[in-house]
Amino acid sequence: MATLVHTETLDLAARFPGAVTADTRPGYSGWIVNKENLVEVATTLRDEFGFDLLSHVTGVDYFPDKMEVVYNAYRTTGGPGIFFKVQVPRVDPIEVPSVTPIWPGAEFQEREIFDLYGIKFTNHPDLRRILMWEGFDGHPLRKDWHEPFYEEDNKPFKSRWPDGKFLSAEDKNPYKDNLRFPQGFDPEKITFDGEAALYGALAKYQTTDKNGLKTDHVIVNMGPQHPSTHGVFRAAVVLDGETVIGLKPVMGYLHRNHEKIGERNTFLQNMPFTDRLDYFNSMSNNWGYSLAVEKLMGVKPPERAEYLRVIMAELSRIQNHLILIGMLLNDLGTFFTPALYAFEERELILDIFEATSGTRMMCNYHRFGGVARDLPAGVFEKIRDLVEDRIPRKADEFDRFLTENEVLVSRMKGVKVINGEDAINYSITGPVLRAAGIPYDVRRAQPYGIYDRFDFDVALRHNGDLYDNYLIRLDEIRQSVRILQQALKQMPEGPVMTGKPQYQVRVPAGESYGRIEAPKGELGFYIISTGKPNPWRYHVRAPSFINITALEKMCVGQKIADFVAILGVIDIVLGELDR
Amino acid sequence: MYGKGILKGLGVTLKRFVDTYLDDIAWWGRRYYNDEGIAHRSSAKGRGIFTVQYPEEKLPVPEEFRYVPFLVYDEGADGKKEIRCTSCGICAKVCPPQCIWIVRSNDPQTGRPIPEPTEFFIDADICMNCGFCAEYCPFDAIIMDHDYEIASYKRNVFNMEQLLKPASYYKSIRPLNYARNEEERKAKEAAKAAKAEAAS
Ligand code: SF4
Ligand code: SF4
Repeated sequence: MATLVHTETLDLAARFPGAVTADTRPGYSGWIVNKENLVEVATTLRDEFGFDLLSHVTGVDYFPDKMEVVYNAYRTTGGPGIFFKVQVPRVDPIEVPSVTPIWPGAEFQEREIFDLYGIKFTNHPDLRRILMWEGFDGHPLRKDWHEPFYEEDNKPFKSRWPDGKFLSAEDKNPYKDNLRFPQGFDPEKITFDGEAALYGALAKYQTTDKNGLKTDHVIVNMGPQHPSTHGVFRAAVVLDGETVIGLKPVMGYLHRNHEKIGERNTFLQNMPFTDRLDYFNSMSNNWGYSLAVEKLMGVKPPERAEYLRVIMAELSRIQNHLILIGMLLNDLGTFFTPALYAFEERELILDIFEATSGTRMMCNYHRFGGVARDLPAGVFEKIRDLVEDRIPRKADEFDRFLTENEVLVSRMKGVKVINGEDAINYSITGPVLRAAGIPYDVRRAQPYGIYDRFDFDVALRHNGDLYDNYLIRLDEIRQSVRILQQALKQMPEGPVMTGKPQYQVRVPAGESYGRIEAPKGELGFYIISTGKPNPWRYHVRAPSFINITALEKMCVGQKIADFVAILGVIDIVLGELDR
Repeated sequence: MYGKGILKGLGVTLKRFVDTYLDDIAWWGRRYYNDEGIAHRSSAKGRGIFTVQYPEEKLPVPEEFRYVPFLVYDEGADGKKEIRCTSCGICAKVCPPQCIWIVRSNDPQTGRPIPEPTEFFIDADICMNCGFCAEYCPFDAIIMDHDYEIASYKRNVFNMEQLLKPASYYKSIRPLNYARNEEERKAKEAAKAAKAEAAS
């Protein structure tokens, strides 16, 4: 293959004269592509320039005149990514060509943009609402859409101080709840075309076998209340006997429009909200967000804070993978013994989080330019004991307990989850991608924080089956232990915060994308600031949501019982998936 | 040999079972229902059984543990509650879910604001326990609590009466933070006194 042009020197405007211009707004980067040329430009970027991984697609509402769709693609060989954008006038119907045929990983993200912004993607295979219910009124991320509890566009609300007579918002609403129905809504008369569309999209009720015998297929709804779906997640599965022949995930049961809340909040107020995304890993969520905002602010955390961030994020990764292994075994039928064994070390790690940040799961530990506080007395030793002794011991115990267990091996080995090529096309990141033989890890591909200082291997397995997806978690626990050992040795004394703690930060105007290797995949925050105290756009690139795009691809042809295990190894968490 | 993996796995569970009793014997009579035993059992050094029998036993919470905040008052000479809060409004502005409501007092004669709240509400059902209010309060007047058993059948909206707790309580749950605050305050007062002296 010819050597690829550096992202910095790549001149798209020269390659596509008239169709592409550079994005010259102050604080912005990347390219603005004509709507008509989008498909052509995107195909070239993928095939000629090697941007094979579409990291995320999202919309921005530049009220009152424009809507923008932002694409961000990376190379799986590493290095910086490329932003390109399509701008369309803000008059309905707003239409943009779909890039799903080029990068199938865009499928759910485009549905999300359609749902939340009302932008229609032409040529999209299955454009339906995805997070909101079918009868929902309007497109909530548009700037002129207001929630039923609407008070003001931005926090802090004036009603709280200095004349803050308490009143509860639900008392103002006729339904006594954060709820509003479309005009003329009558629950007696409403018909849902959503369910019909869902089953229509599956559309394989009956087939004829080779002898001309007609066979009926069964549609099974796994979830939304099913213990194996790890939360309120539903998959409508079409079965031929025991074999899955079609599948559509249904989500949004836990949707709270995190991004709308984020645009109402001030920059700092978003920090504890990020905890609630992937609630197992608030320490890493904080990091993604602070990276994005710090880039815009141009501040750098002090050395000690950088080390503390690494230590907390790696501990978080370990406990995430421990839960995953425990819960996966639960899904496979070893009811709760491995899960509870895995929880022991997790509890000890959470003790450390609690002593340092104040809470076991909702850590809210990062601040722009550092972390909230230093380790209290005795915690350093606790971490050292865990890292030197207990966690490696647990990994070995899991090896003895599970890895060689014949039942487990025969249940997991050879059950394909996904191969490398498909994984890239579907924008899958994280351990699932690495178990399929693609050594892509943001800590190496584009190091953030101080990851370039540590000696560790990107965990890699090659078969992409269930067994490899299990093993790679153990590998990653061991690599995290290696990073932790080095970090604990190198960590200097010193302050943990640059400058004075401030509750109102000044964030210069511009766009910024901060991404980290979260335990579940690439977690990114796309922020647009207009220089005001609140972000204009706050978008979360949630690995759980994007990894699930390939669920149908993974499950078709497998047995229904394997669906449960596959869902288990993708490692979704609904707080992040539904946002 | 077929089945060896399973036997090995069973060995792990058996070891756990035996370990529980070994630790029971080593800690004879002190392992359950007392703080030391609970702390040991759920620490990195514990072996075998790991769980704590809530509510009879409770895990000790670290000093930094945070739950719905309370307001601090200093006990005045004649038992008067000297509320630290000056109703500056910073906590209400920084609170992410906007669950703090403050009514500032006005001087009845001049109508000018005076540094004391008339009313102070925290909607504890909305509070996300983030700790920002305590972190950014310039007067150490609002502090995160350790009491996490506040479940009830109704909405928990706390007014000032319910929120006020004495500084001695603050000291008892957060001794290190309390000492640090006191030190800072003394240093500030000393600096003020020195300045006043220099000026006179
Ligand atoms: S920040 Fe402190 S002093 Fe200011 S209103 Fe809140 S509690 Fe009172
Ligand atoms: S802890 Fe956070 S959410 Fe609760 S009152 Fe304080 S600032 Fe508000």
